Amino acid sequence: MISRFQKYKFLFYVLVHRDFNKKYKRTVLGALWSLLSPLMMVGAQAVIFTQFFGRTTPHFVVYMFIGNIVFHYFSDATKGGMTSIESNAGIITKIRVPKYLFIFTKNITSLINLGLTLLLLIIFCLFDRVMFTWRFILVLYPILCLTVFNIGAGLLLSGIYVFFRDTHYFYDIFCTILMYFSAVFYTIDRFPENIQWLFNINPVFTYISYIRKLIIYAELPSAQHTLLCAGYAAVILGVGCLMYYKKNKSYVFNL
Amino acid sequence: MSKQMIAAEHVSVSYPIGSLKNIGLKEYIFRKLKRQYEMKMFNAVKDVSFSLNKGDMLGVLGSNGAGKSTLLKVIAGIISPSAGSCRVNGNVAALLELTTGFDAEMTVRENTYLRGAILGYSKQFLDEKYPEIIAFAGLGEFQEFTFQQLSSGMKSRLAFSIACLIQPEIVILDEVLSVGDGAFRRKSEQKMLDVISGGATTILVSHSTEQVKRLCGKALWLERGEQLAFGTDVNAICEQYDEKQSTR
Repeated sequence: MISRFQKYKFLFYVLVHRDFNKKYKRTVLGALWSLLSPLMMVGAQAVIFTQFFGRTTPHFVVYMFIGNIVFHYFSDATKGGMTSIESNAGIITKIRVPKYLFIFTKNITSLINLGLTLLLLIIFCLFDRVMFTWRFILVLYPILCLTVFNIGAGLLLSGIYVFFRDTHYFYDIFCTILMYFSAVFYTIDRFPENIQWLFNINPVFTYISYIRKLIIYAELPSAQHTLLCAGYAAVILGVGCLMYYKKNKSYVFNL
Repeated sequence: MSKQMIAAEHVSVSYPIGSLKNIGLKEYIFRKLKRQYEMKMFNAVKDVSFSLNKGDMLGVLGSNGAGKSTLLKVIAGIISPSAGSCRVNGNVAALLELTTGFDAEMTVRENTYLRGAILGYSKQFLDEKYPEIIAFAGLGEFQEFTFQQLSSGMKSRLAFSIACLIQPEIVILDEVLSVGDGAFRRKSEQKMLDVISGGATTILVSHSTEQVKRLCGKALWLERGEQLAFGTDVNAICEQYDEKQSTR
């Protein structure tokens, strides 16, 4: 396994490079779009939703910004992961290469994008006078969990997508709906307290709220919350690996 | 006796046709519910056995749809056989439908590195080989062109050069010795012979029995997935094949 990884280390690098280059090919602003798109989204949301929640929520812009970039990371990585096997059919059906590499590289590309937007988040925090504490470092934990979650989802979705092309449309709608349930631009304290926990059924909300606790409220999330983050990641990764393990040999006949 | 490189024993490949992607999710669920869902299986390769030693060159004969490409994909490790086994010792450079798997929007240079990396080579190794590859393909002036800007002959030349110059232990050529213009064809055939004399094991798919007779030491004849002949008596197999072709 290790030697196989060594063998494909360079391929991994080349593929990430390719994904990143192609994404911004023939654009004037290039990678700046990674920063501009969340900025514009948050700008628009700030204009509208500050009227509803901004007065009662401290650091509302940072609050929305975290929601946006984390949700975007999730949807970008999983949508990319879903199509990664199919879009590399030309290679997979002609040359022997581990198929999961294409899912991993897509995730890494999205992760690099998230990294760029996190830099922007720090600037936002400075402007919004969010207190910097050592808890900022702990943000790496939910991001790691979400990355594992995304890879698992990519393994699962890419397999389903090879067999059913409908998945694409279904998943697009699913992501949009999920966004409305992820409290990206509203706060959940308007909901009765006894049903607020229901939001944690949504893994993406769990990750978003974990990061918000660390950054905006400078508090340590509960042990339950911490375990839930890892639990979701482990379960989805398990399901994804199972799908890949059982079905990956028949992908080539359906590409 | 020289080292055995490929040992295929009773290899069969069957796969579902009219696959799921053609019927979509709705149809799939309906048929499952009505219990009408059945997968028709297509037996592309049936019980094929052969073995190749180091330095052998095998010619694969057979009309269209005989299962040649499927068999090659098994050897290349892209498909796993549904029955039987295929043991391969060494790294395989498969040239199946040459120019696929390149990225149309990337440059010649980037594509060369991509292909090299897919074949499992390191950056240092490719840095070292890159000038040689470009020189052999005759694409010195086109290094920064995107792949889609190349002519189809140039694309094939690049693919061939990459596959052969990185010294693979096993080379699979699917009707590729007919690529490029006359000059490149001669050059590539010479290169092939160099690679083989360097100890590589080669599998050549060709419709030209003349080419097979001239180059190969072993021949395998497939028809409708079945193995009609395998052996070192290349001339006899080729003649039988020609005879069959002319009477069809």
